[in-house]
Amino acid sequence: MSTPAGLEAIREEFLAVEPRDRLLLLLEFADDLPPLPERYGDAPELLERVPECQAPVFVKAEVADDGVHVHATAPAEAPTTRGFASVLAHGLEGLSREEALAVPDDFPDTLGLTAAVSPLRLRGMSGMLARIKRQLREA
Amino acid sequence: MADDDGARFAEYAHPERLVSTDWLAEHLGDEGLVVIESDEDVLLYETGHIPGAVKVDWHTDLNDPVTRDYVDGESFAALFGRLGIGRDDTLVVYGDKSNWWAAYALWVFTLFGHRDVRLLDGGRAKWIAEERPLTRDATERPATDYPVVERDDSGVRAFREDVLEHFGSPLIDVRSPLEYSGERTTAPEYPEESALRAGHIPTAQNVPWAKAAAEDGTFKGRADLEAIYQDGAGLAPGDDVIAYCRIGERSSHTWFVLTHLLGYEKVRNYDGSWTEWGSSVRVPIVRGEQPGGVPSRA
Repeated sequence: MSTPAGLEAIREEFLAVEPRDRLLLLLEFADDLPPLPERYGDAPELLERVPECQAPVFVKAEVADDGVHVHATAPAEAPTTRGFASVLAHGLEGLSREEALAVPDDFPDTLGLTAAVSPLRLRGMSGMLARIKRQLREA
Repeated sequence: MADDDGARFAEYAHPERLVSTDWLAEHLGDEGLVVIESDEDVLLYETGHIPGAVKVDWHTDLNDPVTRDYVDGESFAALFGRLGIGRDDTLVVYGDKSNWWAAYALWVFTLFGHRDVRLLDGGRAKWIAEERPLTRDATERPATDYPVVERDDSGVRAFREDVLEHFGSPLIDVRSPLEYSGERTTAPEYPEESALRAGHIPTAQNVPWAKAAAEDGTFKGRADLEAIYQDGAGLAPGDDVIAYCRIGERSSHTWFVLTHLLGYEKVRNYDGSWTEWGSSVRVPIVRGEQPGGVPSRA
């Protein structure tokens, strides 16, 4: 397994700042979670709930001609969850299916967020990654 | 600090434990007042908070990182010192989800004997609904030298052993009905985690914590609260009560209601709660909707 360049760059961004500032970086990602494409906005049942997260978050991973796209939606009151989804959506964007499937399952634990966010909360991001990879395997 | 002597709170046993959004808006920035936000989501404060408020996170600030316990006196003093809180300051705590986590933080502050701690009635949601200001500006307060006070668990905290000795006196399970009956180990909409068995502690009455909150997140009036806890669950003032939930957060909200709004003098929060009880060897458990009888001692 190897971490693709986009996700690796995101990890380096997190590790380059002090632990307290990593939360603010996660907030930037939360602010920057792309809106759902209209075809999903009208049909939320096409998305999969991630029960490992405390907040209601839904994800959909798909493989198009131009590579992998991850779509996700989570309420504004759940910025941590939005941040997790945004990191994965940006980091996996445009990869081949094989590259995305090769992302190590413990990627969320390597962002240096464990102390700032807590291991329990990070489990939500691991759950999200696992569901994205399963969807890609089935896609 | 002056109390919020608005008529709405006068009926409660300890009206000085609540402030309204109006009161807070008027007193923001006053000397001797520190506003604290405490939420379920560790980033929610950063998305916008009441101007001047500082943040306390239940996970990363109040829990000891190694032992399953709250921080000790030294770590607590370091936290409050870093946040610029003085021992005599008035603290107003608010948060998301009808002050669920704010009540939890307030209860932990109580273990350290901080005298003047109040909740913002209605919490974060009411402040926002009233279109009051939020900011993303970092709050800078000069650090203080908060004294090291040893945590005192004797008054308001119950442990597993206390619960085993407590049978015959009232227990309140404030989780959702599905957790109480044993269909789930966590609240609906929450990830399943941590407890190996499902159900409730024998004899516990099920009074979900949110029954004490009105739709706008404020506390219900005293008559409504008495109907819920006294007529409904059979509690009486003067009772020795232990409340629990999954990890002690929701039951802090109920502890606040019974102690500060209804004036019960002996209410303890069992923070080990279901994550401990439901994984403990050989403790009695009841499944289903009935409380069950007092278990015979092993």
